Amino acid sequence: MTKKIYYDVNKCLACKSCEFACAIGHSSSKDLLSFIKNKEKTKPAVKVHFASNKNYPIACRSCIDHPCVSACIAAALSFDSKDGRVIYDKDRCVGCWMCVMVCPYGAIRPDQTAKIPIRCDFCEGEDEPRCVKACPTGAIFVEAEEEAKSR
Amino acid sequence: MSEKHIDRSYDTASQKMIKRAIDENIKISWDRYDAMQPQCGFGELGICCRICNMGPCRIDPFGEGPQEGVCGATKDTIAARNLARMIASGAAAHSDHGRDVAHTLILAAKGEAHDYELKGTEKLMQVAKVYGIETEGKMVEKIGEELGEACLAEFGQQHGSLKFISLAPKKRQALWKKLGITPRGIDREIVEMMHRTHMGVDNDYKNIINHGIRTSLGDGWGGSMIATELSDILFGSPEPIRAKVNLGVLKEDEVNIVVHGHEPTLSDVVQEAAKDPQLIALAKKYGAKGINLAGMCCTANEILMRHGIPSAGDFLQQELAILTGSVELMMVDVQCIMPALSSVANCFHTKLITTSPKCKFPGVEHIEFREEKAMEIAKQIIRMGVENYKNRVKERVDIPGEIKDLIAGFTTENTFYNLGGTYRSSFRPLNEAIISGRLRGAAGVVGCCNPNVRHNWAHVSMVKELIKNDVLVVQTGCSAIACAKEGLLSPDSASKFAGKGLLEICEAVGIPPVLHVGSCVDNSRILLILSEIVKEGGLGEDISDLPGAGAAPEWMSEKAISIGFYFVASGVYTIFGTPHPVTGSENLTNYLTNDLENIVGGKFAFEADPIKAAHMMIEHIDKKRAALKLKPVMYTNGVSVGV
Repeated sequence: MTKKIYYDVNKCLACKSCEFACAIGHSSSKDLLSFIKNKEKTKPAVKVHFASNKNYPIACRSCIDHPCVSACIAAALSFDSKDGRVIYDKDRCVGCWMCVMVCPYGAIRPDQTAKIPIRCDFCEGEDEPRCVKACPTGAIFVEAEEEAKSR
Repeated sequence: MSEKHIDRSYDTASQKMIKRAIDENIKISWDRYDAMQPQCGFGELGICCRICNMGPCRIDPFGEGPQEGVCGATKDTIAARNLARMIASGAAAHSDHGRDVAHTLILAAKGEAHDYELKGTEKLMQVAKVYGIETEGKMVEKIGEELGEACLAEFGQQHGSLKFISLAPKKRQALWKKLGITPRGIDREIVEMMHRTHMGVDNDYKNIINHGIRTSLGDGWGGSMIATELSDILFGSPEPIRAKVNLGVLKEDEVNIVVHGHEPTLSDVVQEAAKDPQLIALAKKYGAKGINLAGMCCTANEILMRHGIPSAGDFLQQELAILTGSVELMMVDVQCIMPALSSVANCFHTKLITTSPKCKFPGVEHIEFREEKAMEIAKQIIRMGVENYKNRVKERVDIPGEIKDLIAGFTTENTFYNLGGTYRSSFRPLNEAIISGRLRGAAGVVGCCNPNVRHNWAHVSMVKELIKNDVLVVQTGCSAIACAKEGLLSPDSASKFAGKGLLEICEAVGIPPVLHVGSCVDNSRILLILSEIVKEGGLGEDISDLPGAGAAPEWMSEKAISIGFYFVASGVYTIFGTPHPVTGSENLTNYLTNDLENIVGGKFAFEADPIKAAHMMIEHIDKKRAALKLKPVMYTNGVSVGV
């Protein structure tokens, strides 16, 4: 069963705790105060967007169409059908921004400092994505695709 | 499962009660703290602004999103305004406490509050002199009334300077005057602080903080000092007194009444009322052996140092005391009283009573305290506690056995009178000890407890490290209680923990290496002690010259921020454990931790590791010793290094 991150947009208060947790969790110090002190540059992969009176804490949706993979000119992106996730090989990325342009959710963001996109890695190595853990209202959660569909 | 209760507190009595809370699924501060994680990063960095309705605004610390609020306020402005409002609130809390004491003094002097008398006449004369009140041929009551009115007038005073400012070293007064930060009136500076931080007023972070300093000085050298000095006049100046501390002071076979909060106006009467033979007889009728009164937080410190009433614990132990199942009644006045008390009390037979019109809880019985009927009301509340004894469930009583002896009740006036010996009431011996290098210096370790630090661990570790290095420590508030529970405030702790030089001093005069100087408003005593040391001579001309430092390693309240600021503004290097919520602004952080030293002689540092922080204080003390060209310290690591 493939598990994905889902959002309940009715619950999102746009506190941006997910953004904090994502950026800090992917930084080298992993601590907010040191992050600020050391002027680290890590950016969050998840970003809270606002549209039609609702907040959308959006990161990669691992969508079945995954147009980003087809658009990638450097073969940096591939789709792991077993896990149902888009895999990103940073070393191959040339920063052409094609994936950024084709993403239907606007979930891939260009990192202007690093000159390559910022992509959700589902918090590899963690038991649960950090954004899920950080969300104070339960607006971000992990669920199997089948479960979500049936609900 | 890890040993949660051990991770949460250093104090074993607290661990037992935390364990009980976990076992019985009663949610207490640590659980709520865990549930609150992750806490809002914007708040922690001080870069969210809720001041006007164009907001709330937030500055993106990752540098991509907005870098200014809707009004254009930068992160510097936003963080400075937020911090300044914390100073205003802290100063307001301390000062309102002072106002209440002044009000009680007037009522007592006029004979309208019969249950109070002016016990500290020596202090009254002393303070009357500072206020320029003629004492010759006047009744004590008349002087008290005039002094009370003069103090009350300083709250609304609009220009000039507060009277207690005249007790600061001359050089310091001149500096404040030059910088334009001498407080003109206590309330005035707080109000102006609120005005300046209103939308679209003061946008220069340095200018905002400078007024914050002025506001805090109105607390330390104003409201808090009035609270301390007038309390001494009303209830008598404390004298060194033996007492006991920790949850073990609660008794299995007596009616346990806990007074929690801050002001002595209630607790001082309550301790008298608890001796009432009729109430004791009633307690016996219900099968108790007597009435056991214990304090909590700073109101505990007030009656601890004046009457030797035991302290059941510090800020984070308020819920834990109820968790012993042995508290019949907890009465509270103002400040640091957790709203959660009512729900924890509901898990036991404990009755919670609020007494101040300023502090009510939904669903909690309120018995309003009025000075005019102080004893009557105090007895009424105690009676409720006694009558609640029959509801105690014996099987649910579980009092941790931990109990420690301490000496409390040191003051500016008595400490070095005790120290003085043939010198009598003089700071000479202390100054000589520092000059000769027997003592490295002195430090104030004060402040709260906070679930974001292992309870008591930072206080105890820091103080042990300081006294090991021959630094005499003075303490107030919950920090004093934390270290008392570790036994650091008993005379025999010197031989266990103090460095050789400090041990010699302690043995010679019979004091602990850690001196309890009172509640959190009594930090004003530390200001006066510092001024007296300067006046005594040989250690520079200003507080900023002294080999001393301050710290609040487990701080949580806005009062702590105000205290920090008045110490820094008085010239003291002051370390906070977790940083002020300002680190989102590099400029402001720099201003507080670097630039301020060149302006007021003191500055802040933020260091969460208490041992590291202690060594930063020691380094600072050594720097000041070098600047004064003092002899090197006599002993390092217990080994003589001098002659």
